Amino acid sequence: MKKVAVVGYGNTKFTKDELPIESLLLESTKQVFDTTKNLSQDLIDGVIVSTNDNSKYLGAILSELSGIKPKISHTVEHLCSSGANAAISGFSYIASGLVDTVLVTGADKIGNPGQILEWDKSRGEFDHPIYWASMFTKAHKRQFSTTEEELAIVSAKNHKQAMDNPNAYSHKPYTISEIMNSKNVTDDLRILDCSYSCSGSSSILLTSEETAKKFTDEPIWISGIGQKTNSASFMKNELTTSSSSVISANDAYKMAKITSQKIDIAEIHDAFSVCELMAVEDLSLTEKNTSASYVRNLFNTEDRKINPRGGLIGAGHPLGATGISQIVEITQQLQNKAKKRQISNAKKGLVHNMSAAATSSTVLILES
Amino acid sequence: MNKFETELKIGNFVTSECSHCNRIVWPPSDYCDNCFKAVNWRKVSQIGTIIELSKKENDVFCITEFEDKIRVMGKLDAEIHMAKPGQTVRLSKCLLNNKNSFFFSLEEIKEILEK
Repeated sequence: MKKVAVVGYGNTKFTKDELPIESLLLESTKQVFDTTKNLSQDLIDGVIVSTNDNSKYLGAILSELSGIKPKISHTVEHLCSSGANAAISGFSYIASGLVDTVLVTGADKIGNPGQILEWDKSRGEFDHPIYWASMFTKAHKRQFSTTEEELAIVSAKNHKQAMDNPNAYSHKPYTISEIMNSKNVTDDLRILDCSYSCSGSSSILLTSEETAKKFTDEPIWISGIGQKTNSASFMKNELTTSSSSVISANDAYKMAKITSQKIDIAEIHDAFSVCELMAVEDLSLTEKNTSASYVRNLFNTEDRKINPRGGLIGAGHPLGATGISQIVEITQQLQNKAKKRQISNAKKGLVHNMSAAATSSTVLILES
Repeated sequence: MNKFETELKIGNFVTSECSHCNRIVWPPSDYCDNCFKAVNWRKVSQIGTIIELSKKENDVFCITEFEDKIRVMGKLDAEIHMAKPGQTVRLSKCLLNNKNSFFFSLEEIKEILEK
């Protein structure tokens, strides 16, 4: 299997704007061309689009708008983790030798249809993500005595970190008290504990080891991949842990031949505050039943190890772009190019992207 | 519209079941997810157990499990402080308009009132 590197990237600002999906896709793709040395259209032989948008044939449309005539082009949809899974597709095509260089571009619009899985009849009329998030949160409070303050710290930390992300949806810091006193969505969920669906686009350029040096002096290698789908319907879930995250992380660590202790920085799928508390344990970044104190310590020490770009809560959640934006952030961190968000001496990073109440999860390990 | 939905539309909560594997097939499907033989359909027990619950405005909503396998989310006709996970509930109503709707009542309360 060939080694695969991230050698270029682009990001749009995440906004409330209702922009055409094709324009969003093209915007972050243009940035890849603007910022990657020696890149020309004829060097890209794969174009993969990640989105939940209802528009069709977007791989071909983006290819045409970009002047690319790829050997392989298609769309990947896997709800909130479409982005990371599109990256896996690109990785696989290169690793197998089918193509050499793949553009992976994700985008979604505010109000995209990926927030609700209509097929899942077991959710009844409670089909919006706020309802499963309320169940997760209430169960977490019950099992671990998690407090409203501990939940609010996740949001306060991620909003604060998003201040230094120029592409973030939110640039407003919130105190713990403001978050705890923000509007009740349900008895167990405050509005500031929720990520926002928004418009945005992110792109990465993947290539083989043989070609990587052509495009960058600092390739970032995808060394581990794990993806686990337990189900599509929410109701089979455990409520205080995500077994799909546990399994996908273990598979990714195994493939990368590392343990979780080696992870210097991680982008985690904090669709809601409780998700970050669950994930840091499920990914073995902290011991069981220590997530709240772990995140509190990150917040108090201004340690940006978890969700340096602000997570989904601070940066926004344009579903098809999210996983790719997470990969862009880890790439920038490992290249020491994350500017104000930069943590020191990051060598290995992790991306955690999940879908539909953690019924499936995807984990990538990146290394410099 | 599948069998689950046509029955729900007339107020019946049914599940698919595989007589070959002797197991409930849930979420509802036309074929067994183990052996792929065609399923049978039958009514689900009216008595379930609360798994977790919360409240939005005046609506208490919960996950209820029936027959140790079938979980659905619906409205609970009770004050939030009166209910907790593990409590027994009865399916009081189910319907299908634009969306599925399930309604539960606390079984213990009903028993007390009946006494």
